Amino acid sequence: MSADISTGAPPRPAAAPVTVPKSRPRKGRWGVHIFLTAVSLAFLAPLLLAVYASLRPYEDTAQHGYFSWPHHLSFDYYRRAYTESGMGKYFANTLLIAVPAVLVTLFLASFVAFAVSRLKLRGGLVLLIFFTAGNLLPQQVIVTPLYVLFNKIPLPWWMSDSLMMYDSYWAVILVNIGFQLGFCVFVLASFMRTLPQEIMEAAIVDGAGVWTRFWHVTLPLCRPALAALGTLEFTWIYNDFLWALIFISNPDKLPITSSLNNLRGQFFTDYNLLAAGSILVALPTILVFLLLQRHFIAGLTLGSTKG
Amino acid sequence: MALTSRRAGRRRLRRFTRRDLVVLGVLLGIPVLLDLVIVWGPTLASIGLSFTSWDGLGDIHWVGTDNYKNLFTNYPPFWPAVRHNVLWLLFLGLIATPFGLLLAVLIDRGVRFSRFYQSTIYLPVVLSLAVVGFIAQLILGTDQGVVNTILGHRENPIDWLGDADLNIWMMMIAASWRHTGYVMILYLAGLKSVDPALKEAAAIDGANARQTFFRVVFPTLRPVNVIVGVITVIEALRAFDIVYAVNKGRNGLELLSVLITDNIIGEASRIGFGSAIAVVLLIVSLGFIVTFLVQELRGARDR
Repeated sequence: MSADISTGAPPRPAAAPVTVPKSRPRKGRWGVHIFLTAVSLAFLAPLLLAVYASLRPYEDTAQHGYFSWPHHLSFDYYRRAYTESGMGKYFANTLLIAVPAVLVTLFLASFVAFAVSRLKLRGGLVLLIFFTAGNLLPQQVIVTPLYVLFNKIPLPWWMSDSLMMYDSYWAVILVNIGFQLGFCVFVLASFMRTLPQEIMEAAIVDGAGVWTRFWHVTLPLCRPALAALGTLEFTWIYNDFLWALIFISNPDKLPITSSLNNLRGQFFTDYNLLAAGSILVALPTILVFLLLQRHFIAGLTLGSTKG
Repeated sequence: MALTSRRAGRRRLRRFTRRDLVVLGVLLGIPVLLDLVIVWGPTLASIGLSFTSWDGLGDIHWVGTDNYKNLFTNYPPFWPAVRHNVLWLLFLGLIATPFGLLLAVLIDRGVRFSRFYQSTIYLPVVLSLAVVGFIAQLILGTDQGVVNTILGHRENPIDWLGDADLNIWMMMIAASWRHTGYVMILYLAGLKSVDPALKEAAAIDGANARQTFFRVVFPTLRPVNVIVGVITVIEALRAFDIVYAVNKGRNGLELLSVLITDNIIGEASRIGFGSAIAVVLLIVSLGFIVTFLVQELRGARDR
């Protein structure tokens, strides 16, 4: 099997990937275009509708429905969504969780991947299975014991104002790291396997120790993979909902995905406000995707296109 | 993963220095420990706790298989939740995943604007499922929801999300909105790595486009198929955020994941009972995980 792993950019559909049969008429092409355009629009529509709704005052949509011409358009809901739900604070909370989690995960995972794929350790395969399988378990399988465990671990005041692992960022960061390690090890190991072995041999001849071979020789070659994974992991941890829901009880500490609930009134929910909130929450991930699309897609496909 | 096979014998003599061993010990030790504490320990603990009765505070009582008996016979939401999870799996597996494959195949033919199609169809994947849940409410809501407006049901709206027979379907469609793009990207990458010579050879042999795809291209996509299969199963078993964002997983939206969560952070925390549900989920997913790993191992050995 070809060990084809796209690095930075997914390979462009090589100059002439398929020799299109000459007999194929234009009509087929048009059909494909119409179909793909329709699907694309259908996929975009919910987001566009959410944006549209968020720009209109409640009275307007209440009277005419969401699917009607606007009478007023304003960004007022965005201002309100931002201030009323205290989104700035929750956004900071999310960064506080996601940034260390992503960095530590990538660091640890790349070392494990390095050891497994480049050092020819005995038991490397077992190690790989150990991590990969762990990542595939449904979160709910491990949630209960972790909840109990974190309630039993005391932390000093300067680490957690709840004096416990429970209801602290440490819990969420740690769980994210532990849970995401498997995926990153899997992807990075299959990436590192494609690096030329000669480089390692040259390093060994030069007398480089394990650390040098890892940090100075292998890691710099993994930049594309690390960028891709970093982008992907950041979005995943940013979007995470369950861990914080279970391990955090103080509402001030919740990450941004949970802050949307603050926009729901007790008796009445202004869905236009909620739409504006949803867009705001989704905006960073959408921006990351649009700006770093290549990395993002490469991250997803790194692990899958190997033989 | 040529750790045992290739040149292992010759290499073994090259010992690590003491510093190397320290580096290895620390940097392998930490992640292994972390994975043990965060993933594998709790998995085993879940199995153990499922045979006990515990509220999280007082004493733990060993109750044998009582939790399981209760679960199967005496817990009304259980079977609906199982049914919903299975339905979810079938829906993703039979509709969303093939649809993603179809889109990938169409885009891979190198039509113009393929970059645009690819991006828009992939876009929903970056949204959090919680946001997807809120958007679903906006579109399917009763009072001014878009769908009801289009259908002209403003006076007498269909309660897409409230009707216990309908809402699970709406949730599955919303989940597929994300799943399709994911599957499409994976297959696109796989299709790009298929050797064009294969297709040419098939064309020369007189195979039409459909035959070429099903008989020649699709079989070579096996590694991607395995990954997509696992992802589909895991997504179906993990489904949680989206229903939780809509109505906390009640009234027709029961899922195993929701029941587990309810039993831990609900009013009465029934840790033993929640664990029993978790074990059911574990057993189902293990079947698929093992299949996946066997495939991986086989691939690793070939390499």
